[in-house]
Amino acid sequence: MITQAIIVWLLPLFSFAVVLLNSKRLPRQGDFLSLATIFIGLFISMKLFGQMMMQPAGYQENLSFGWIPIGAHSIQIGVHFDILTSIMLLVVTIVSSLVHLFSTKYMEGDPKYGRFFAYLSLFSFSMLGLVLADSLLGLYIFWELVGLSSYLLIGFWHEKPGPAYASKKAFITNRVGDFGMLLGILLIFAILGDLNLQLIFTAVADGKIPMGMLTIIGLLLFCGAVGKSAQFPLHVWLPDAMEGPTPVSALIHAATMVAAGVYLVGRIFPIITPDAGLVIAMVGGFTAFFAATIAIAQYDIKKVLAYSTISQLGYMIMGLGVGAYTAGLFHLVTHAMFKACLFLASGSVIHAMHYALHHSGSHADPQDMRNMGGMRKAMPITYLTMLLATLAISGVPFTSGFLSKDAILGATLAYAIENGGISWVLVFFGFITAAMTAFYMFRIIYKTFFGTFHGGADAEHHLHESPKPMTYPLIALATLSVFFWFTAPKFNPFSTNGWFSSQVVTPARAYAGIMHPGGTFYFHPEVTAKANEVAAEQKKQESERTEHFAHMLAMILSLCVAGFGIWLSWTTYLKHKVDTDAWKQRLGIVYEGMLHKWWMDELYDKTVIAGSLLFSKLMAWIDANFVDGIVNGSAWFFRNLSFGTGKFDNRVIDGAVNGLAWVVGRSGDRVRTIQTGNIQRYLWVTGCVVGTILIVVIASTLL
Amino acid sequence: MLNNVTFFLCISCGLFVLGLLAVMTRKNAVSILMGIELILNSAGLNFVTFSHFSTGNFHGHLVALFIILLAAAEAAVALAIFLGLYRQRGTVFVDNASDLKQ
Amino acid sequence: MESLLTDVAIGFFALVTVVSAIFVTFSPRILYSAFALLFTFIGVAALYIIMSADFLAATQVIIYVGGILILIIFGVLLTARITNLDIFEQTQQRYIALLPVGAIAVGLFMLVLYTPWLNNPAPIKPTTAVIGKELIGTYVIAFEAASILLVAALIGAVRLGRERSDENAE
Repeated sequence: MITQAIIVWLLPLFSFAVVLLNSKRLPRQGDFLSLATIFIGLFISMKLFGQMMMQPAGYQENLSFGWIPIGAHSIQIGVHFDILTSIMLLVVTIVSSLVHLFSTKYMEGDPKYGRFFAYLSLFSFSMLGLVLADSLLGLYIFWELVGLSSYLLIGFWHEKPGPAYASKKAFITNRVGDFGMLLGILLIFAILGDLNLQLIFTAVADGKIPMGMLTIIGLLLFCGAVGKSAQFPLHVWLPDAMEGPTPVSALIHAATMVAAGVYLVGRIFPIITPDAGLVIAMVGGFTAFFAATIAIAQYDIKKVLAYSTISQLGYMIMGLGVGAYTAGLFHLVTHAMFKACLFLASGSVIHAMHYALHHSGSHADPQDMRNMGGMRKAMPITYLTMLLATLAISGVPFTSGFLSKDAILGATLAYAIENGGISWVLVFFGFITAAMTAFYMFRIIYKTFFGTFHGGADAEHHLHESPKPMTYPLIALATLSVFFWFTAPKFNPFSTNGWFSSQVVTPARAYAGIMHPGGTFYFHPEVTAKANEVAAEQKKQESERTEHFAHMLAMILSLCVAGFGIWLSWTTYLKHKVDTDAWKQRLGIVYEGMLHKWWMDELYDKTVIAGSLLFSKLMAWIDANFVDGIVNGSAWFFRNLSFGTGKFDNRVIDGAVNGLAWVVGRSGDRVRTIQTGNIQRYLWVTGCVVGTILIVVIASTLL
Repeated sequence: MLNNVTFFLCISCGLFVLGLLAVMTRKNAVSILMGIELILNSAGLNFVTFSHFSTGNFHGHLVALFIILLAAAEAAVALAIFLGLYRQRGTVFVDNASDLKQ
Repeated sequence: MESLLTDVAIGFFALVTVVSAIFVTFSPRILYSAFALLFTFIGVAALYIIMSADFLAATQVIIYVGGILILIIFGVLLTARITNLDIFEQTQQRYIALLPVGAIAVGLFMLVLYTPWLNNPAPIKPTTAVIGKELIGTYVIAFEAASILLVAALIGAVRLGRERSDENAE
């Protein structure tokens, strides 16, 4: 099975390479190749999923090889395939293939059409690689690749300043989170020497990492999730990412890439200590609450959806933080479906608005809800699918969203009951956010599809439903937002005991803390025994009564809260019984905060960005004055040195050489006079020599 | 008293030195030839002296004979050369014969 | 008595020889030095006789005086301007020449005077017959070589001394 997973993974890479390089030569710029690879991937994923369902819970396959040799052993890298991987594979391929299909019509006419599909393939490859990775190393590699794909896709229309800035912002904000994650990875590597997840769990179970360090590592790794899944305070990039094309928003920033952070937390679940878990839950809960407040006040339809995404991601993180592994990942899957549907539907709406406004000569913003209204007559399919997805996100029964959100809220309530104290804040966050979610999501519905059209009468004539390649994905995704896909084989819309819960079992904690049934395969046998003891004890306290009680309470509360939200929205935006302007006045600064995203961007501008710019200016100053001064100074020094040596060479050395020649010449002249040609002179010389020798020899002999 | 080797050798040395001086000093080529003859004579005297006082045989006499012979031959050739020189230059003064000068 | 006579004879002829040699060296007139050379030769011949070299003395007189000296005088006369017979000549650098010559003189005299020569005079006897026998006997090769040398010298001298006019073409 794992080889088929690898095929699913590598097909989009092939498509990326071919389409990127040949888009001009291929017919239709190669989009069919992209579509083919991702749909083939989808079918294979579905087949794999079916096969996985036949296997017992906890089945997994691994394939790895030594990649970087260090000393005696080498760092392994490879592929891991279990039920979570299979589900993620399915999610990614479903959403990606539908987005591919949607884009064939949405991006029609764009000059870089082929390249768009190449980038979509690249993203698919990266995301699939991420979920298939069996070690933190592989995960990190694809983490970054996914970030790159996001950058490329957000800044697809990079000739405009908005997208260019937004893609930079996304990448850099992600990088901040990735830095923390990298520190966590390096810490693990420093302590353990390997990054394979199974090995890490085994090592932690053996007690190789103390709890304090483990908390730190967990939180550092969570930093990556904060960045990638747009949690507070690194959420600022996601609203700006809406500058990218809507299919991109649907694929990446709703369903898959942002879910990578949640996936990461899920994968490292066994090493999240209770302390780390509380922090994670707090961050998630606060994010959910915070983002919902902003979403209420936004007018741009995509911005509302963006903040809604942040908010829902906060839910998932909160769920994982309190230990509800199954619930959190469940919400991830359901959210992927209905959020993608919402984004694509909004894309459809914007597409229609764009066409209508263009043809009426108006320059109004096609994404501003204040220009919309009463569009359900003109776009019935879009309306119905969007409505269904909105019901799902609001947590209305009979939808998948109800089940997943309910699961999270129940788990949070159970956690608060057990742990008390500050964790009740999470409950507050969870339920209030649910109310707000329902409120602002239905606000979209009412403002867009009900009431009168505010974009101009002649524009209204031009409104029409989107073409089939755009509506089919909407229908597919809306259908997937219904409950029974997840409650199978049962049909109870109120039960979370479907295949998902039985298959996706919460893994046991590697440090032998809390144990839930069925997660023994992550362990070392001795630790398992100890963990079993602890679990048995825990079972007494954490009785089913508590859990069940919390669950029922949560369900009732969430229904109330959702109902309240929908009713308020209906009253305000459909019946117009509430004066919104008066409320804006009444809320005053609170409203301003909500409208202006609580000035987070401005804060970052003034602090982080200004600080960085100041630092770079300082560096530039040092370089220009100090460093250049040194360079110029040394240049001056060396130039003068060479000048001096040149002079020296000229005068002294050449002088010496010339002088020597002169001396030789003159002495030669003198010496030459010995050669007089006069033989008597020669004889005289000879006589001198002979005489000297004679005297010397004789004297020495005699004396 | 005077009839000993040393005295005769002294005479011979004196002749030699005077001959050498003549060769070095004189300008006229023929005068130089005369100096050479003096030197040769001193050599011959030397040989005969040793033959008479030291060895007692006649070998010294023979050598002196040959010296005389050679002196004759050499004088003849030298004078022929001098005549040629005179014809070429119009003079036999050796300071004008400096063709070896550098 | 006899030794006194010997000494006087030796002294006298030595004086003649050396004084004539001095004349040869230092006289400014060439003809004077040529005649002084004559007396030098005769003095040397006398000394030969005193040393029992009778044949040699005769040869000396005949060849040196009768041959070489005549040749020299011919040379002097032929290579001088005919107008004046007192042919003057300036010696050049006389004093500088004393340096090497002085050195050599000093060296030689030291050598001569300080060496313990073997001094046993041989008896005076005639030498002609012995020399003649030696020349033909033991030293015949040298003798013949010497005669060849003389022929060569003769030819050379004749060749060199010829009038140049008909040889300029060569």
